[in-house]
Amino acid sequence: MEDNKSPIMDRIAEANKAATTGIDAKDIENWITIHIMGKAYKVPADLTILTAMEYAGYKFVRGVGCRQGFCGACATVFRKKGDYKLQTGMACQTRAEDGMYLVQIPFTPAEKAIYDVTKEPYEASVFIRYYPEVTRCVSCNTCTKACPQDLEVMDYVQAAIRGDFDGLSDISFDCIQCGLCAMRCPAEIVQYHVAQLGRRMFGRYGLGVPDHLRKRVKEITEGKFTDEMNKLVSCSTEELRKIYTEREKEPE
Amino acid sequence: MNPTNTKETKSTSSGNMKFPYYPGCTLKTTAKNFENSAIATARALGVELLEIPRWNCCGTVFSLAQDDLIHHVASVRNFIRVQEMNDYGLVKNENRLVTLCSMCFNTLKSTNRRMKENAEDLQKINELMYREEDYKGNVEVLHFLELLKSLGYEKIREKVTKPLKDLNIAPYYGCMILRPKEIAIDDPEDPTIQKDILEALGVSVIDTPYKKVCCGSYQTVKDKYIVAELAYDILSHARKKGAEALTTVCPLCAFNLDQRQQAVKEKHPDFEEMPVFYITQLMTIAFGMDKDVFGFEQNYVDPRPLLKSKSLIED
Amino acid sequence: MIKKIEISPDNEKFLNKVNELSGEVITLCEQCGTCSGGCPLVTEMDITPSQMMRLVQLGQKEVLDHKAIWVCASCFTCTVRCPRQIDVSKVAEALRQIILRQAVDHIDIKAIPKEEIACLPQIALVSACRKFTG
Repeated sequence: MEDNKSPIMDRIAEANKAATTGIDAKDIENWITIHIMGKAYKVPADLTILTAMEYAGYKFVRGVGCRQGFCGACATVFRKKGDYKLQTGMACQTRAEDGMYLVQIPFTPAEKAIYDVTKEPYEASVFIRYYPEVTRCVSCNTCTKACPQDLEVMDYVQAAIRGDFDGLSDISFDCIQCGLCAMRCPAEIVQYHVAQLGRRMFGRYGLGVPDHLRKRVKEITEGKFTDEMNKLVSCSTEELRKIYTEREKEPE
Repeated sequence: MNPTNTKETKSTSSGNMKFPYYPGCTLKTTAKNFENSAIATARALGVELLEIPRWNCCGTVFSLAQDDLIHHVASVRNFIRVQEMNDYGLVKNENRLVTLCSMCFNTLKSTNRRMKENAEDLQKINELMYREEDYKGNVEVLHFLELLKSLGYEKIREKVTKPLKDLNIAPYYGCMILRPKEIAIDDPEDPTIQKDILEALGVSVIDTPYKKVCCGSYQTVKDKYIVAELAYDILSHARKKGAEALTTVCPLCAFNLDQRQQAVKEKHPDFEEMPVFYITQLMTIAFGMDKDVFGFEQNYVDPRPLLKSKSLIED
Repeated sequence: MIKKIEISPDNEKFLNKVNELSGEVITLCEQCGTCSGGCPLVTEMDITPSQMMRLVQLGQKEVLDHKAIWVCASCFTCTVRCPRQIDVSKVAEALRQIILRQAVDHIDIKAIPKEEIACLPQIALVSACRKFTG
């Protein structure tokens, strides 16, 4: 935190180092074997799928992001030893286990619809217009089973079909758009794009403008913050840094 | 999971009989007037329709292929929700699931029948849905008309405060509550259940043989003119016999017979528009209910001029 | 006089496939024409339901090329009227399924005009997707 001088790219590189960097292989006590795209690799135990793959020699340019389970870039499918179930997860959040068969699914091919929420009717037909395939849902629940965020994906698809924007937004709120639901869907629905459309529509028409926002916008247009803003804009970088570090913080 | 519903059900009263109720997708949009009027009439007759939590689309058509189990999953999942309603005490030992939409009714009842008759199919579907409790096969699917019949036409007659005198209505049944025979709620060739209800409301019922002729169903998506020809036959025949409007209980029949009158007029310029009601809309008028529940603004051919001409509604 | 018709093994394979998918015994059809007489959509069809049944009985795969199997609205009028209790609507469904299962859709849901999407109820689109897409 206090290391302000280190350039951001160096910090990212540091964060992206494999967990075993600098540790000698002979010092590692427990090893497991995993099968990456069908090829067996011996890797240290207790790594995540992502770090295990890196240990095995894979270098990620795409298909990796925050490494914290938030960005949804490192979708993975795997089967555990002795289990027929095809499981899903984020590679950065799932522990590699002995005998696991796995592969990364770094991207889900899916076209994003282009729309202007201000011009769309706030009705169920908006989903059908841009993503008519939602009506092919067979309620098999495979999407829900695939979701690494444990969302009730099928329930929000159902909410979309009946035009329940509120329900959809509530259920899909924590979606990280990893695409695993869409990969598994027998009806070829792209659930996360449908949810995004629904949340945008809900934000535009369903929620209304909150009072505090209305009040603040009024204050801004009346010029309450104009002087302060002008002062900030004219500051040098040094002055800005000083203001930032000395700023009042809200209690945690 | 379904916040709209819980609010609705909590605020309702009392000693009414409570039934699990399956709405279906269209009842939440273009057929909202059907749902609102049905819930209101049911309540007037002492029946509370409790929307089942987390219901999902039934698929609207029953898959007819022998090996196509995946398309029955949706219906069975809804039956599990009915079991859960009983488990959680939302209803007391009530396994009768009430539907309004004819297509949902047909799909749910047909699936239920297959599950009850074929233990192996049921087992496969239960295994596929391993996250859910097993469906035990105890649900019974009822159409709202059957529920009304079981309450008794006399009870309906007692509730009528504004008899629908001089109103000439041809009931239209469509296919999904009449066929196949095993699913039918009435005589597939000569149904009378709507006639009996309408007569209790004071309506002059017009009988036409077209009451059970298909409206074209989902062909409306592929070619609306196929539907328009059938709608023309159904509506103009009813008109010839003296009907001023039709009643239905299916949101797709309603769409095809009502909205598609525009397409009928393209092909038959002499065609005269005719209102199409959900039968429950007429019940709300006859029961003297508030006009907020009629929902006529959702009917495509405005029925209000007709009703005003008979002094059944004000403005 | 009993006339025996023999069909080629290939045609019989097709007949059996439709028998299995539909769960109906299609050879029971005696070509009385009741299904065609009652079918509300027969005027839109290129062959009648009984002709469809006959083609399947003879194992003629060309039945799959006819518009009739898609015009069927699954209204079950034939089903309740067949004197041999054959569910003709199940036979039509089986024929549609044979095509749909080869990943050949009958409608392109993306091509439905905007104005239609705005007015069509979900019930119409869901059923069309189930009947016309695989």
